[in-house]
Amino acid sequence: MGEKILIAGNDAIAEAGIRAGCRSYFGYPITPQNELLEYMSAHMPKAGGAFVQAESEIGAIYMCYGASAAGGRTMTSSSSPGISLKLEGISYLAGCDLPCVIVNVARGGPGLGNIAPAQGDYFQATKGGGHGDYRMVVLAPATIPEATELTMLAFDLADKYWTPVLVLVDGVLGQMMEPVEFCEPVDPTTLPLKPWALTGAQGRPRNIVTSFFLDPHELSEINLKRQDRYRRIEAQEVRYEEFETGDATIVIAAYGTVARIAKTTVKLARNEGIKLGLLRPITLWPFPYAPFRALSNRVKTILTVEMSAGQMVEDVRLAVAERAETPFYGELGGIVPTPRGILREVRKYVSYDAENGQSF
Amino acid sequence: MPKGMVLFDRERCKGCGLCIAVCPRQVLSYSGEYNQRGYNVTRMEDPDRCTGCAFCALTCPDVTIEVYREISPGKGRSNG
Amino acid sequence: MSVMTPKMVKVFERPRSLADIEFTYCPGCHHGLITRIIAQVIDELGIQERTVVVGPVGCSVFVYQWFRCDGIQSAHGRACAVATGIKRVNPDLIVFTYQGDGDLAAIGTAESIHAANRGENITVIFINNQIYGMTGGQMAPTTLIGQWATSCPEGRDAGLAGYPIRFAEIVAQLDAPVYVTRQSLYDQKRIRATSRAIKKAFQYQVEGKGYSLVEILANCPTSWHMKPVESNRWIADEVVKVFPLGDLVDRG
Repeated sequence: MGEKILIAGNDAIAEAGIRAGCRSYFGYPITPQNELLEYMSAHMPKAGGAFVQAESEIGAIYMCYGASAAGGRTMTSSSSPGISLKLEGISYLAGCDLPCVIVNVARGGPGLGNIAPAQGDYFQATKGGGHGDYRMVVLAPATIPEATELTMLAFDLADKYWTPVLVLVDGVLGQMMEPVEFCEPVDPTTLPLKPWALTGAQGRPRNIVTSFFLDPHELSEINLKRQDRYRRIEAQEVRYEEFETGDATIVIAAYGTVARIAKTTVKLARNEGIKLGLLRPITLWPFPYAPFRALSNRVKTILTVEMSAGQMVEDVRLAVAERAETPFYGELGGIVPTPRGILREVRKYVSYDAENGQSF
Repeated sequence: MPKGMVLFDRERCKGCGLCIAVCPRQVLSYSGEYNQRGYNVTRMEDPDRCTGCAFCALTCPDVTIEVYREISPGKGRSNG
Repeated sequence: MSVMTPKMVKVFERPRSLADIEFTYCPGCHHGLITRIIAQVIDELGIQERTVVVGPVGCSVFVYQWFRCDGIQSAHGRACAVATGIKRVNPDLIVFTYQGDGDLAAIGTAESIHAANRGENITVIFINNQIYGMTGGQMAPTTLIGQWATSCPEGRDAGLAGYPIRFAEIVAQLDAPVYVTRQSLYDQKRIRATSRAIKKAFQYQVEGKGYSLVEILANCPTSWHMKPVESNRWIADEVVKVFPLGDLVDRG
């Protein structure tokens, strides 16, 4: 471990990528992720890697597709409208079982929306987005140190399961600065070789990277194998954080920036005697259904808070079924909920027992 | 004029006729025989006139033709 | 065998780099011929073990199957971006794209032009047959004015669909490309010229000189509704009037 440095989220994610052994980055400017691309333009060549400012987000994702097929750790980043453009390429990456790390520093939408932070891309990230039966690991950090850890983890998961992995943050996390202690860098020459990589058919049969299989049985078989891998990811890679849930009667479900704000709400609520907790999914896919299911057996309310019109809440409701009430509170258009704003929402679901002076 | 010979991969011939048209000495023609895919395959109609120029093979889109050319003694390679 | 007996030697055979698989193309289609020429060039330059084929979407979607080389399929139009990614992380590889007119000059315009403008050290083989063959004969960006296609049943009307796009000329305006040429295959002389052009383009890449585009005027007997021999004549008589042959840039 090195020294602690104060660094902005976009820069920190870029640095974490290089430290993870990523030696190619392809991107296109879009606010609020520009610093990530700029950091790469300065530091990737110094690390001996390739940097290309592509002609578009589409160009960038297909450069990643080529770079990944050639065997290297590769990365791209963008913000919401740019991720929409990359979806075709993400489907092709998934269809060819190619590892790749994609960062979405999400902004307000739909359409051009605005450049303020938002969480309206949850469906796009976790429910496919692009065409075909594919899944993508989605990691949602809530702090800058966590963003660096999860970016490094993203490369490991991408290589372990041969799949694209998305790191989903928003404009707040992209722009804010926090002290970070980076992990030791990975030497890319020590990473395991990929047997399918396009390195030239020398002393071995040719390698072909494709997602094109005209025979329905062949395509079905390849898809089923991929689905098996997805089941393994669901079994092994669920990550979440529980905060003050032990005695909670009401729990907030939130991820990323909102979860960070909600932690303050938990403290405020507990000062008022409200037994509030927080369940924060770190992997949005695979989603932590089981912890929500377990909570739903012992709490009255699970309040989902998002900077969206209600997207993750669908997964929460799927996990909880009818075992607890599952209200939703969302802010749209790039408005960031405040700790007290969330607390006001929480109070709606708390009854006050005047006799015992307790909230429940 | 050297003497030549061409061999067709009959089952891969699609009967497109480009080799017939390109042959400068009108050696080739449709055989009237059909391969398993139903294509009317090419044959050497007049083998004696073939010089082994390989125009047919260089034109064939399906790479079905091998070309042989007679090498005069002393000029050609020895097969030892 | 007597020393004095003339003997037959093989003067033309299937290139070693060409896989022993039958092409999926229609009878008389130039795609097969171009593929054979590329394989021969790969043999002649001795680069089979470090060549990567980047395929398109279209009739030649299986192009990576035809070579005994590593290969990758691209989404429609994205081949030049894919080639960029491969070449940038492994500059020792010889990377070429094989793309039709729809792939390169319509849906992939941005990727194609910007790879050229960056001077990526790749070879782009552009098959311009003025039609969308695989999808059944729709209008291409290169379809001639007045030419019939299933999506311009009255013939291409410049007022509605613009004019055939001369991609080689567009790329030739850029500063980075080292070699830009337009070739055809309608007779022996042109076939040999195309072979030389493709060899030069690969040679330049081997020497690290940069980006090459070889545009080839090809036929589509099926969608043009012509016999293969007639299709060659059509190229010689009509297509070359719109798409002049020859080298546009040679900075090698």
